[in-house]
Amino acid sequence: MINISEVNETNKMIEKENLDVRTITMGVSLLDCIDESTDKTCDKIYNKIVSCAVNLVETGNKIGAEFGIPIVNKRVSVTPIATVGGACARSTDDFVRIAKSLDKAAETIGVNFIGGYSAIVSKGSTKADELLMNSIPEALAETDYICSSVNVGSTKTGINMDAVRLMGDVIKKTAERTADRDSIGCAKLVVLCNAPDDNPFMAGAFHGVSEPDTVINVGVSGPGVVKYALEAVRGESFKVLCDTIKKTAFKITRVGQLVAQEAAKRLDSEFGIIDLSLAPTPAIGDSVADILKEIGLEHPGAPGTTAALALLNDQVKKGGVMASSYVGGLSGAFIPVSEDQGMIDAVEVGALTIEKLEAMTCVCSVGLDMIAVPGDVSAETIAGIIADESAIGMVNQKTTAVRLIPVCGKTVGDNVEFGGLLGHAPIMPVNNFKCDDFVNRTGRIPAPIHSFKN
Amino acid sequence: MKKCVITVVGNDTVGIIAKVCTYLADNGINILDISQTIVGGLFNMMMIVDISNAQTDFEDINKSLESLGQDIGVVVKCQREEIFDMMHRI
Repeated sequence: MINISEVNETNKMIEKENLDVRTITMGVSLLDCIDESTDKTCDKIYNKIVSCAVNLVETGNKIGAEFGIPIVNKRVSVTPIATVGGACARSTDDFVRIAKSLDKAAETIGVNFIGGYSAIVSKGSTKADELLMNSIPEALAETDYICSSVNVGSTKTGINMDAVRLMGDVIKKTAERTADRDSIGCAKLVVLCNAPDDNPFMAGAFHGVSEPDTVINVGVSGPGVVKYALEAVRGESFKVLCDTIKKTAFKITRVGQLVAQEAAKRLDSEFGIIDLSLAPTPAIGDSVADILKEIGLEHPGAPGTTAALALLNDQVKKGGVMASSYVGGLSGAFIPVSEDQGMIDAVEVGALTIEKLEAMTCVCSVGLDMIAVPGDVSAETIAGIIADESAIGMVNQKTTAVRLIPVCGKTVGDNVEFGGLLGHAPIMPVNNFKCDDFVNRTGRIPAPIHSFKN
Repeated sequence: MKKCVITVVGNDTVGIIAKVCTYLADNGINILDISQTIVGGLFNMMMIVDISNAQTDFEDINKSLESLGQDIGVVVKCQREEIFDMMHRI
């Protein structure tokens, strides 16, 4: 039987070390909502989401209360809307109407985000994909709950540079359309390479076409728990360090597994995956940067950061994989800037630059995330950054992503406050040497060779 | 059997266990195990209970124990046992 010290250990993680389940995300297929009429498509989408996920929030809250673990977010992801709206949408306005229908459904069921306003264009774009991408600035400005993502490349297909170029422009326009709110629209827009079909985390969550009708995916968290566990092994060998991270990741993930099983059963859905992520929040003690400091860095960005992050990412996966029946999503350590107080501090003292963050994305779970840059950065420069990040993902067979916020009217030295989980961030300088002639070439970068690994 | 773990943490005072146990007895909740320790100078008790024959549901039990705890100046929590089993047992 469970003993008192085990009970105390679990409750200390929850009460003092910010252990929580970051999100229960219900994936809902909208393939059966495809219709030639935009009005009918909107109605079908609204009805499908509400009927499948009406009990999601209440069920999540109940499970949280029964196990005594906070379940911070309840969310929905849907089939990429470019696919769903392809049969009816004749203009960007038609897609914006669909966005509003999704937004209304999210409000009705009480989730805080709905993901899947997305297009998968890794090899090429359909007419509908292009309309959707061009509708993103307005869709994000006119809605509250929508998250949008575009997959522009993959290891198997190469990188669609036409889409990369377009997304540079779309990010700029999204920033301008939400300029009155510090360009917050861009915080809900991510450009991916090798995007997974089952990611529960926003802004990149969508319900891939390979998925069942409904599915429950759960994202666990707990950087604070790993940080506190490492405090007890300061100065010990890498073996002890790695074992401690693995054991802690195992324990954290078991909680996610339990919550996912229970939620799937109660919501009459399939259990999809656990996303084994260390997802920070702006709260003190809930930081991936603090783990890197505990491993031995003065600040993230110092020499050794990439190695420390590689080690952390790998041990989290090794510990978590055995704790769950199915693992997927983005699994690993997230390194967003604005959502992690330790990262913000590192930028403010000059330890962390975008170039170092780019190196870190080679070994972290995703990519350049929640980075505020000057509002006058050009669309071509943003496209160049997306291309670089996609190339890292394509060549290394991993998911990478870019979520940059070119904050209108602000420049290096200013700060931006997004509020809530999105946090705040200092504006980071960007290398402004031009790449226009590179990104303005048309077509795609071919898929890389899968041999001669050097 | 529907097992739950009740934890009580706070400053030690007369009658904490008595009050919690009285509530459990009055509501048909069977105690399977009790252990107690002092952590950082605080009274710390854990009970494993079976609520399968309880006269009220989990939500009510949790709320009642929480307010009972407030009355005597301690924090009382009730959680389903599976979260501890999952984390500490393979």
